[in-house]
Amino acid sequence: MPEAQDTCSVKTTCPYCGVGCGVIATKDTGNNVTIKGDSKHPANLGRLCSKGSALGETVDLDNRLLTPVVDNQQVSWDEALNTVAQRFKTTIEQHGPESVAFYVSGQLLTEDYYVANKLMKGFIGTANIDTNSRLCMSSAVAGHKRAFGTDTVGPCYEDLEQADAIAIIGSNFAWCHPVLYQRIEAARKKNKTRVIVIDPRRTHSCDSADLHLAIKPGTDGILFNGLLSFLMKNDCLDKCFIDQHTEGFEQAIDMAMSSASDIDMVAHRCDLNVKDVTEFYTLFANTEKFISFFSMGINQSSSGVDKVNAIINTHLATGRIGRPGMGAFSITGQPNAMGGREVGGLASTLAAHMDFTDADISRVQRFWNSPLIASKEGLKAVDLFHNVREGKIKALWIMATNPAVSIPNAGAVDEAMKKCDFVVVSDCTRQTDTTRYADVLLPAQAWGEKSGTVTNSERRISRQRSFLPAAGDAMPDWWIICKVAERMGFKDGFGFSSEAAIFREHAALSGFENEGQRDFDISGLADIDDVEYELLPPMQWPINRDNPKGTQRLLQNGRFYTMSGKARFVPVQPRLPVETTGVRFPLVLNTGRVRDQWHTMTRTAKSQRLSRHIREPFVQCHPKTARAHGLVHGQLTHIESKWGSVLVRTDITERQRKGELFIPLHWNDQYSARARVDAVVNPHVDPISGQPEFKHTPVMAKPVLHSWFGFMLSRKEYKLDCTYWTKLREADNWRYEFSDSEAHDLAWFKKHLLNGRDYEWVEFTDEINEVNRYLWFDESGLQGCVFTAAEYEKLPSREWLSTQFTEFELPWKHRVRMLAGENDSNKTDCGEVICSCFNVGKKTILEFIRNSTSANVEEIGEQLRAGTNCGSCRPELKCLIKEA
Amino acid sequence: MTATRKNLLIIGNGMTTTRFLEQMIKHGKGGYDISVFGDEPHAGYNRILLSPLLSGEQQLEDIITHPQDWYRDNDIKLFTQTRINAIDTAAKTVTDASGKTYPFDALVIAIGSQPYLPDLPGNMLDGVFTYRTIDDVNAMQDLIPGARHAVVIGGGLLGLEVAHGLNTQGLDVTVCHRGPVLMERQLDIISSGYLQTSLESRGIVIRTEANTVGLAGDGNVNKVILDDGTELAADIVVFAVGIRPSIELAMAAGLDCDKGIVVNDQMQGSVPGIAALGECAQHRGQTYGLVAPLYEQAEVCARYLCGDNNASYHGSVLATSLKVTGIKLFSAGQFNEEKGCQVMQLKDPYNFLYRKLVFRQRQLVGALLLGDVTAASWYRDLIEAGEVLEHISEQMIYGEPGASKQVVEPVQDAMADANHA
Repeated sequence: MPEAQDTCSVKTTCPYCGVGCGVIATKDTGNNVTIKGDSKHPANLGRLCSKGSALGETVDLDNRLLTPVVDNQQVSWDEALNTVAQRFKTTIEQHGPESVAFYVSGQLLTEDYYVANKLMKGFIGTANIDTNSRLCMSSAVAGHKRAFGTDTVGPCYEDLEQADAIAIIGSNFAWCHPVLYQRIEAARKKNKTRVIVIDPRRTHSCDSADLHLAIKPGTDGILFNGLLSFLMKNDCLDKCFIDQHTEGFEQAIDMAMSSASDIDMVAHRCDLNVKDVTEFYTLFANTEKFISFFSMGINQSSSGVDKVNAIINTHLATGRIGRPGMGAFSITGQPNAMGGREVGGLASTLAAHMDFTDADISRVQRFWNSPLIASKEGLKAVDLFHNVREGKIKALWIMATNPAVSIPNAGAVDEAMKKCDFVVVSDCTRQTDTTRYADVLLPAQAWGEKSGTVTNSERRISRQRSFLPAAGDAMPDWWIICKVAERMGFKDGFGFSSEAAIFREHAALSGFENEGQRDFDISGLADIDDVEYELLPPMQWPINRDNPKGTQRLLQNGRFYTMSGKARFVPVQPRLPVETTGVRFPLVLNTGRVRDQWHTMTRTAKSQRLSRHIREPFVQCHPKTARAHGLVHGQLTHIESKWGSVLVRTDITERQRKGELFIPLHWNDQYSARARVDAVVNPHVDPISGQPEFKHTPVMAKPVLHSWFGFMLSRKEYKLDCTYWTKLREADNWRYEFSDSEAHDLAWFKKHLLNGRDYEWVEFTDEINEVNRYLWFDESGLQGCVFTAAEYEKLPSREWLSTQFTEFELPWKHRVRMLAGENDSNKTDCGEVICSCFNVGKKTILEFIRNSTSANVEEIGEQLRAGTNCGSCRPELKCLIKEA
Repeated sequence: MTATRKNLLIIGNGMTTTRFLEQMIKHGKGGYDISVFGDEPHAGYNRILLSPLLSGEQQLEDIITHPQDWYRDNDIKLFTQTRINAIDTAAKTVTDASGKTYPFDALVIAIGSQPYLPDLPGNMLDGVFTYRTIDDVNAMQDLIPGARHAVVIGGGLLGLEVAHGLNTQGLDVTVCHRGPVLMERQLDIISSGYLQTSLESRGIVIRTEANTVGLAGDGNVNKVILDDGTELAADIVVFAVGIRPSIELAMAAGLDCDKGIVVNDQMQGSVPGIAALGECAQHRGQTYGLVAPLYEQAEVCARYLCGDNNASYHGSVLATSLKVTGIKLFSAGQFNEEKGCQVMQLKDPYNFLYRKLVFRQRQLVGALLLGDVTAASWYRDLIEAGEVLEHISEQMIYGEPGASKQVVEPVQDAMADANHA
């Protein structure tokens, strides 16, 4: 059929979390992209979450960086590459290799990552290349290395389905790794798998759990030392495994017994009740197939590495490792965090799971034929930016990440980049909080354009394939890096003709003088040709002569990668977070993700579907905390630490523990006036991993009582100038919520919201209710509306108003109805969108539940379709059933 | 049947009279023989429709509401072109211009008002008009074929109607208005601005704060002179700067008069048996120029004369609901902002839609609607009731709760259903 030539379907991999789901992307003649889950991909078996399902809405060219830019001038690639090469070269000549750094990303593909790492460590000769994965799972890396000798993630996703019990530790996986959540939920129907969630917050992951331990933040080390003690006292140890396959048990158990031998004491220190702790410990003791699934709640801590080892210790002590349905399972947050670890993209590793030992340095140098190789660890993310700020690093190249938003004490990061002599940013997005500091902007290809491999949390290497033409002058990151390397004079190591060529070298390095000594070995792929690379199916490493089809599980047979071949117990002396609350900063701030946004929103915020789940940056707090601090639901709260402040909407909920706050990490200066939470977060890091303590910052909170509130719907994007604003994408318009205390009228709006341009206006003003409403038009029709009121609650529903933007021509009668905020039928106002896939709102669902005698998630699915596609909203549906 | 029928005489044959007659018929005439004296040659006609008559949009027969036959059919004597010059209250007679006297048992004075002709140089030149009667319209129409420029002095309701009529006839029309606000008794500065834009879009030139100091011409007027020295070419000049209640006849007869003929709640004057209605009457200190209150007065008076002693008039809220040159207007109460009041308003200048509600101490005290007047009666009722409103929702601007919020599109039709008397 002729149409078939005009559409193309490509199997690729989702670019969001570390689950690494297979995606089939289909592009039609109009360049519209439809997305569905790849039922053949072992990570997701056809499932996708709300974010993955909406990928087709994020591939437009709005805010894309399309050409190289030097000093705010569009330039040719030649000029841009020469500028970058020249500046790095002269900086190194004048100040030495330590004066330059790369800050890279788990969004890079393995091939990009490989050449970046090779250039910095093997040719410039310093290890000053670190990655945003530092912020995400470097504690897990360090914990693994201490316990196993290598950064080895043993289990696989199938183990989650085969386990009899799973502890979800420091993870809201229902929102952050929804496909794994669904796989577990599906398995539970058959296996009755018990699920325990250990998290200070009662997240949606807790909604279907058998037990939730709302642990006091930072006390996980005590809880798991307590578990180790409990296992000892109750004679639940696998003494045989301990004897034959581990070392260091005595010191570890001594430390556990001395710090947490007594359940009452553990419960008290973790602020849990004894019964719940006992239930958890007993379940662990009695369940052979037990998985400890952990994520950022463990890793993002000043004692994160110890916490990882406290968890691993319990598995070593019971011998529950390397067998189906069991193990300590670190889940990563980024699509290629694992790939970054494999190439050595962290400042603390060298390459291909090799470290800075003399033997490894020599080996890698010989393999790379490198003129000057880094001989010691480089600067880790927080330190790296500290050195930039101190002026020690004079040239910085940031790739595919947004440190101005994501690094703690973000104000200091701003300052560092402002002061830095030379900042290069390669990215696909034009306007981010980071690009504003760039001297050079290099346009990188985005997901859908670029091609390469990624590795997911179960060591599975999958191809990301290209199905869209490159936007503008955008090039692959590996090409950009190699071209700069060549212009810096490193002609020999970077003459790659394709990503496949890079992959082959990477695979060859992994097998170079390996002899089974290093876990990471994909030498079985070192000789694949370009076609085999193109067709590469998802495979789990190691992939070598012994395991040509890959390896499902590692750490089997009790063999580890330490000198002795035994796993190491690590004695853990639990440490509490560095900063403690006090009179000035009495509350604890926690940060994390929400369901439908990703990182700094550069892509997910393009999707109107995803923007409708949670529309504004918020702070969650317990009702009693709210009362004590005068915070009002729906009003704004100012949160301040020693490092900075944010202004966000207040959400009062019993899901939070008393005295603790939660703010999502996504919002930034592109989407809100002052919601960059990492400006507030403390910069303390784990002494071993260098991972920041994102989950625990003492803060104060106070209500901000603005004299008026408003929202604006507009076809055009505007830069607002008022105390509070936030922006989100809707189907045919942008939506801004805002408030202020400065007196306002139409002239004020024109100045502060619309940058002075005049239009045809329709106005409604009401001095009694202090309500103002404006519509504006140009020759082509409706352009926008602004509604303000002295009380937030007096603002009408935005849903119906947004629907008025579907057409430009607004029948003039509708003008008046728009001003009235009128809602013709309740159906159009479905409230906050719970099911992003089918656009089903909270009001619709609640109404359905109330009208039904026996509503359950399945029935809601049958009748309203909610929850039947990606399933990410199913926990929320359960909640709504309870609520109704 | 009694041998002694009573005589009811009515002086004046305007719209108040015809409504009064309808009400007398409806209530059985109270045993009166009824005679009506009008000084115009025509039977009952709708004075409101003089503007479409002037513009040519309607013909004379279209605006006659009560032809001679109607009077005859209802057994009412109509004396056209009969001006009553005197009332003898003692003898209970009236005398016409020819000296003929007519006895009465009851008398109703409904002679309306006269247009005000300012004492300006040149005001007696040919081509200078006031605007009240069919004769005025006919005289203007005689001049239209040879005329090019018309100047209307006065930007009130009547002035704008005349301007529209003359503009439709193809003349270049300029309206000179003394104040900054057109129709200042019905509009505020914003709605006046909308109206001005609308009229200007039809080719009418509006000059506000334009003070006329004189007219000039040679036999026929040819220009209007303003106080800033501007001279405006003018072949026709129409004065529409206000009306004066006609009270001379009543004063001469010894009735109490102030601005108008003073009447009580039954519309009876200070002399028993003599009532006054319409623009010439003054009730509770107030005279009215719009048709709605006059109709109310006519009904009260008719019921009273037909024996209903409970019939009583309590005055009308000054509400104007009218339509100027196709644009609907309504205003009532104190619709201008004053200290201590709070305003709710909706402005859509591109659709000539304007709504304004004025509140004082949580009472609705004024309303002004332009373009769409569907909610007018609700607002008028609220203003009349004067109640303190517990809850004032911003939705009030869209009319009565429960009523459709759909505003009626302002139909730009030619048929002016305005109801100024």
